[in-house]
Amino acid sequence: MKQTPSSPFETTFHQLTDALLPQLQGEESAKLTLTAEISQFTRFNRAKVRQTGQVTSGDIALTLMAQGRTVEATLPCTGDKATDWPLLFATLTDLRAELPALPEDPYQVLPTGDATSREVYRGTLLPPDQAVPQVLPALAGLDAAGLYAGGTAIRAYADSAGQRHWFETETFTLDYSLFTPDGQAVKGTYAGRAWEDAAYGESLTQAKHLLNQMSGPRKALARGQYRTYLAPAAVADLVNMLSWGGIGEAALRRSGSALGPLQRGDRPLSPLVHLTEDFSQGQTPRFNGYGELAPTTLPLIEAGRLVNTLVSARTAKEYGIPSTYAAAGEYLRSPLLAPGTLPSTDILTALDTGLYVSNLHYLNWSDRPQGRVTGMTRYACFWVERGQIIAPIENLRFDESLYNFWGANLEALTQDTTLIPEVGSYGYRDLGGTQVPGMLVRDFAYTL
Amino acid sequence: MGEGKVTTTPLHTVTMDDRLDQALATLDLPADWVGIRVQQGNHIQRSQRDGRPDANRHHRSLGAMVEVLVQGQLGYAATPDVTVAGLHRAAQAAFHQAQAAAPWRIHAFEPTIRPPVQGIYHSPVAQPLAQWDAATIHDRLHHICQGLKVSDPIVQTNAHINTQGINTWLATSNGSRVHQRFDFLTLHFGATAQDGPVVQTRNFNGPRAHCYQGGWEHLISGDALDAAVEQVGQQAVALLTATECPDITTTLVLAPDQMMLQIHESIGHPLELDRILGDERNYAGGSFVQPEDFGRLQYGSPLLNVTFDPTVGHEFASYSFDDTGAVADRQYLIRQGRLERGLGSHESQVRLGVPGVACARASSWNRPPIDRMANINVEPGETSFHDLIGTIPDGVYMEANRSWSIDDQRYKFQFGCEYARRIRDGQLAETLRNPNYRATTPQFWHSLVQVGDRATWQAFGTPFCGKGEPNQIIRVGHGAPVCAFANIEVFGGAG
Repeated sequence: MKQTPSSPFETTFHQLTDALLPQLQGEESAKLTLTAEISQFTRFNRAKVRQTGQVTSGDIALTLMAQGRTVEATLPCTGDKATDWPLLFATLTDLRAELPALPEDPYQVLPTGDATSREVYRGTLLPPDQAVPQVLPALAGLDAAGLYAGGTAIRAYADSAGQRHWFETETFTLDYSLFTPDGQAVKGTYAGRAWEDAAYGESLTQAKHLLNQMSGPRKALARGQYRTYLAPAAVADLVNMLSWGGIGEAALRRSGSALGPLQRGDRPLSPLVHLTEDFSQGQTPRFNGYGELAPTTLPLIEAGRLVNTLVSARTAKEYGIPSTYAAAGEYLRSPLLAPGTLPSTDILTALDTGLYVSNLHYLNWSDRPQGRVTGMTRYACFWVERGQIIAPIENLRFDESLYNFWGANLEALTQDTTLIPEVGSYGYRDLGGTQVPGMLVRDFAYTL
Repeated sequence: MGEGKVTTTPLHTVTMDDRLDQALATLDLPADWVGIRVQQGNHIQRSQRDGRPDANRHHRSLGAMVEVLVQGQLGYAATPDVTVAGLHRAAQAAFHQAQAAAPWRIHAFEPTIRPPVQGIYHSPVAQPLAQWDAATIHDRLHHICQGLKVSDPIVQTNAHINTQGINTWLATSNGSRVHQRFDFLTLHFGATAQDGPVVQTRNFNGPRAHCYQGGWEHLISGDALDAAVEQVGQQAVALLTATECPDITTTLVLAPDQMMLQIHESIGHPLELDRILGDERNYAGGSFVQPEDFGRLQYGSPLLNVTFDPTVGHEFASYSFDDTGAVADRQYLIRQGRLERGLGSHESQVRLGVPGVACARASSWNRPPIDRMANINVEPGETSFHDLIGTIPDGVYMEANRSWSIDDQRYKFQFGCEYARRIRDGQLAETLRNPNYRATTPQFWHSLVQVGDRATWQAFGTPFCGKGEPNQIIRVGHGAPVCAFANIEVFGGAG
């Protein structure tokens, strides 16, 4: 299938693949993956530029497999074949020499199948020299800190079985915080593929409105259990904990997964809980590091029951079970927590008296095999009485089991869901996000 | 090599230096200052699970970070193209970045934030990492996994050895020429035991704590390795039937492998000047420490002495120069409990007007330097472990971090450990499982009542300190003695 290349990296990746595969000998198998980006990063503090720059970065990973042994090397990729091929070829030689010294891997996954895909999402992004002039003036007079990150992100895969995938997207995220003079804060996020000044302005207007509600004195609450509304950003943080020793089959089999009690039938979840891997929005690639294409949707929890787990090809081979085409790390890639019936306009009324929690911070399992997680409230969190916001709160530590907040204590989920975009950039800019509703919980436990 | 100290020696010409000289000499750019930092790395990860190979990975990196100062604003461009032409293109891009941002700059920086320096640093290495081949490493990993399987309840064992070599070159338009060569070794092993719904994991001083700078001389071996492996396996099994940690307020004794996390989260991060300046507020957060606290704030009890020490040869984050070329030396951050200085680069120091240290560090060539910890150590006291425990009628002793969480001002924290023992009548008593504790930072450090002697002092490290926008992961080292804290809220697990 002939395609018009979308970037220098695409042409080079295919050239490198075409040059590499004929070099394989005997029963050798190989796969190549590419992670690359061309990104603008502008960091600001007090509505002034702290650091600004461009990053062009690429890593190509070669995995060589033969005689039941596997070895992998990641190399810098410049996008220029004349530069990249000699290094890749030399690396193939190095890996071939190392392979016989390695122990055999009984769970080796050789490339199979014939899956191919190509997805390219063009965006309308701010030109590099316009990022500052477009983002900063609207923040004048505000105490604003944050990061604009935007550009081209690439994920690609090819193997000796003939599978080839290309995913390229142009996206931006503007992740920011606004502060009151005494340090109280609200979080704003504006993200997408097409920058629009009007949409940015709307995001700022909403954040400033919330900031005005933070102007009063903070209410200090005693530790205890409180009726709590968790807004979508907070719910997304809780959902993503399941990527860390939760929904992965390997964790369930041998590492004390937080969902072990659910799987064993020891602790139920609410029938309101429906969790799905949903790639239908094209936010992230559907292919994984084995070249497999995940189904567009995969139900994981239905009506509180664990119906599927994330099973990688390697785990599938180890336990003789079907793969669910998960990534090797068996983490959520495009999660959707289904909405409920609570209208957004009725949130405060339904909460009545309790805590409105916009964001959480620094979550960690405090007792993973029991599903207990701790963390902090952060940003716009309020004390509410009889459906009225009374005051912002001093931040609280919570320590609570998911079998409570997604179990019998879960009262309602909102009618609408929100995509909470990934804004992380360790190594490369993260892609995608978590689609979640808000949720109303009784007796949420705060401990400090 | 544990007593080795870092040294600086005159610069010798190497190929990359020549290339950077040429790039700077031929660069035609109306900038006030230009700096090029090239980083080349080779990271090898080998691991086994249950005695079978889990990973054989090489990660080779090479790229350049070019920074340009224009009208008081730094702009940067990172590129994997380290040819002279590629560096020039990056310099042009960085120039345009700085120029576009200058009207909105947060501070009008002078080139004095990057004073000229020349020198070389090499990690002290007795047994070079290249001496061991893949088969030798896997034999060792297999041996460890076999040793961890002490009995049937062990359901998973794992062992990892990572080696890493990094070269960095810094060349600037005002004459800096620095070459640093680092070698790192990380050893990790652990075992998970299970009895029905009860699952416990024990690691060798916690996850990936054995991180060193140097060569194979830092790998525990022989009888000492076998004893450590067996202890990890036996303790994982013992935790299955151990008593749940009680919910009490008591004297808490922390081993150095948990002090590492305690120092990191509640001393290191709050003292970072960029957090105090607000740069980090949108991500990891700010700090409860205020600018006026330096030189005044009683941070903890008079027993608390904390240093920034990049001169400990084998510790994970030693160096002679930070990534801006600032010369690194040992400094007290806290002396006799009083706060003296923070962790801040020349840039942060001129913005905030307080003293800092040489700690502008970047995770790799594709990230700009920011304020970072390096080695942050609690200095030893004079009390032996025996005497320290002997004075405690009732308390809890904890080892090895398992869970960590702290607020965005580094004030309220809750940490959990893998393993604990009850202290009764001055003796270590029964094993406790699921031990946790929580406190606020000032309360905790003011509760420091005993500090162990040099014999109890151990240095550990972690490769995984996350911070910054764009995000960066960097290595840090933390050394500490055993320490005791009075009246700390301790509690156990259960859902």
